[in-house]
Amino acid sequence: MIEINHVSKWYGSTFQALKDCTTKVAKGEVVVVCGPSGSGKSTLIKCVNALEPIQEGDIILDGIKVNDPKTDLPKLRARVGMVFQHFELFPHLKIIENLCLAQEKVLGRSHDEAMAKAAKLLDRVGLKVHANKYPAELSGGQQQRVAIARALAMDPIAMLFDEPTSALDPEMISEVLDVMVDLAREGMTMMVVTHEMGFARKVAHRVIFMDQGEIVEDALKDDFFGKPRSDRAQKFLSKILSH
Amino acid sequence: MFASFDFDVIRRSLGYLFLDGMAFTLTLTALSALGGIIFGTLIALMRLSGFKVLGRIAGLYVDFMRSLPLVLVIFWFYFLVPYLGQWLTGASRPISVGAFTSALVTFIMFEAAYFSEIMRAGIQSISKGQPAAANALGMTYAQTMRYVVLPQAFRNMLPVLLTQTIVLFQDTSLVYVLSMPDFLGAASKVAQRDGRLVEMYLFAAVVYFTISCVASFGVRRLQARISIVR
Amino acid sequence: MNYNWNWSIFFEPAPGGTGTYFDMLLSGLWLTIQTGIFAWIIALIFGSIVGVLRTLPSKTAYWIGFAWVEFFRNMPLLVQLFLWFFVLPELLPRSWGLWLKQMPNAPFYTAAIGVGLFMSARVAVQLAAGIASLPRGQKQAATALGLTTFQGYRYVLLPIAFRIIMPPLTSEFLNTIKNTAVAITIGLIELTGQARSMQEFSFQVFEAFTAATVMYLLINIVVVTGMRFLERSLAIPGYITGK
Repeated sequence: MIEINHVSKWYGSTFQALKDCTTKVAKGEVVVVCGPSGSGKSTLIKCVNALEPIQEGDIILDGIKVNDPKTDLPKLRARVGMVFQHFELFPHLKIIENLCLAQEKVLGRSHDEAMAKAAKLLDRVGLKVHANKYPAELSGGQQQRVAIARALAMDPIAMLFDEPTSALDPEMISEVLDVMVDLAREGMTMMVVTHEMGFARKVAHRVIFMDQGEIVEDALKDDFFGKPRSDRAQKFLSKILSH
Repeated sequence: MFASFDFDVIRRSLGYLFLDGMAFTLTLTALSALGGIIFGTLIALMRLSGFKVLGRIAGLYVDFMRSLPLVLVIFWFYFLVPYLGQWLTGASRPISVGAFTSALVTFIMFEAAYFSEIMRAGIQSISKGQPAAANALGMTYAQTMRYVVLPQAFRNMLPVLLTQTIVLFQDTSLVYVLSMPDFLGAASKVAQRDGRLVEMYLFAAVVYFTISCVASFGVRRLQARISIVR
Repeated sequence: MNYNWNWSIFFEPAPGGTGTYFDMLLSGLWLTIQTGIFAWIIALIFGSIVGVLRTLPSKTAYWIGFAWVEFFRNMPLLVQLFLWFFVLPELLPRSWGLWLKQMPNAPFYTAAIGVGLFMSARVAVQLAAGIASLPRGQKQAATALGLTTFQGYRYVLLPIAFRIIMPPLTSEFLNTIKNTAVAITIGLIELTGQARSMQEFSFQVFEAFTAATVMYLLINIVVVTGMRFLERSLAIPGYITGK
């Protein structure tokens, strides 16, 4: 489903953000990407739907080359859902309108069709009563659930999560993770940048560990948590799991 | 396209344009900026003084001036200044003042409203701890302002004050409505006399553009330097 | 002050036989409003385009925006009006120039377009700053949903940016109206112009200018009140814009 082959990326001419990264996510697979801050994990996931351009290597999404100048990027992006660290709901639109905008403007669905779909998804994330509120009137956890619903409204073939819980107050993290766990169990293809190792243990198939722009470890979940092969991953895990 | 144009008219009138016209414009700009900043600072201090009535008067003055087109204000003062002069000197009839004085009074009074807003923002940007520290050292209000608050506010706001001065430089061209001999007025006189409107107005545009561009480039450089120092 | 006040002058017939001096001022007020609104529409249209250009990733777009702003910002408005009014017709092919010169209401159109373009540079600067103040994630979220750059600006970035810059736009609108007075130099007899001719005909300088001043103050009050109302009705619940 997602293939990342020998991808390198530079910011400017000097700073290399990604170094020869190679991995893949199969259909129905849940892959967790972790690593210290500045390790390039967010950059990597943003390269998958070309929010960030790459200079070397290839990224292939459902058989389509992302970094091919001929690729219709808006069309491709519409098929991959993305959830951001800071939610990025559109503040001037009501919750329900946030879910409808891209359905209507990108997929060309009728307003009624989009509304029906939006209502169903809001119900699913338990926020139907807030449909006519504005984003700023909701809590962080609620906003992030709306953001997930907004991505799902596009009927994506895969979902990308960029640190979906790290901007949340601790008491709101689980409500968001619950939605993500359900999604994983339904068989959604997911690539998730997160430090929530509990989530990884529960639903991930594989775990990727990154440091300084490199993929240091790419292992099945049980192998990763059982005995990471690299020192760096061990150190990272001990730091993150000790608290 | 320019075949029928006579650009020699510019060369012939350079002396008049710059030594008379531009000198008038630059003197007017410099003195107006100086007076405007001083008067504007006083207005800003009035607004922030904490005396309700004083602040209210200053606020009304600023809002009033900023509501009016400069052209109208220029007319106002052109007719008002002679009466003001009579009132101030106690003369028996309106005093005729020169075109330059009239324009200078206009621009000082008008621009003070704009400069005061800049200085007010500058004073408000200084942390409350600064005047508190000065007071703790036993300084009076005047000393606190004079030695502690205003120098910092002025320094922080220098790029904005200079940018406003560039606007003022351009605005002085409006004395044209009183047929005063500023740079544009001089260019216009030559243009009418020799029937060379196109050449003279193009030249005036280029001169204003060049000076403003160079000046705002300088301000940007200054701003970059100040923000690094901070 | 030994000045002969005569406030009843407003009700005396003005030379030209079209009514009283008060009617004369009213027609000036009306022309000021018309020119101001026409110019403001031009400023908004061009300012929006140029403001957006300054925020696009393309270097060419940025430079076009930069050149536009510098061109209109570094020349006195009066000189710009002279360029449009006296110089432009001479630089065009003869027949076009002739058509321009013989156009009825030439001062009105020149003033509206000239002031409009002059103000467009300021609108552009405000808008570009407003767009730049939005979190980067907003644009990314729009992109990730598959919205094109145009759609992203149209449905997400511009609606938020315009709300944020509403207060500075209010003063730019007022500046536009005030700046139409400069057109007195190309023969537009708007409010200041009518006050000036009333002064010349009647010698009642201060009455004429007082009346014009009061009218400008009224325009300010109406515009500020109107814009506050607009601002409030467009405010996004819970979302704090500006300041």
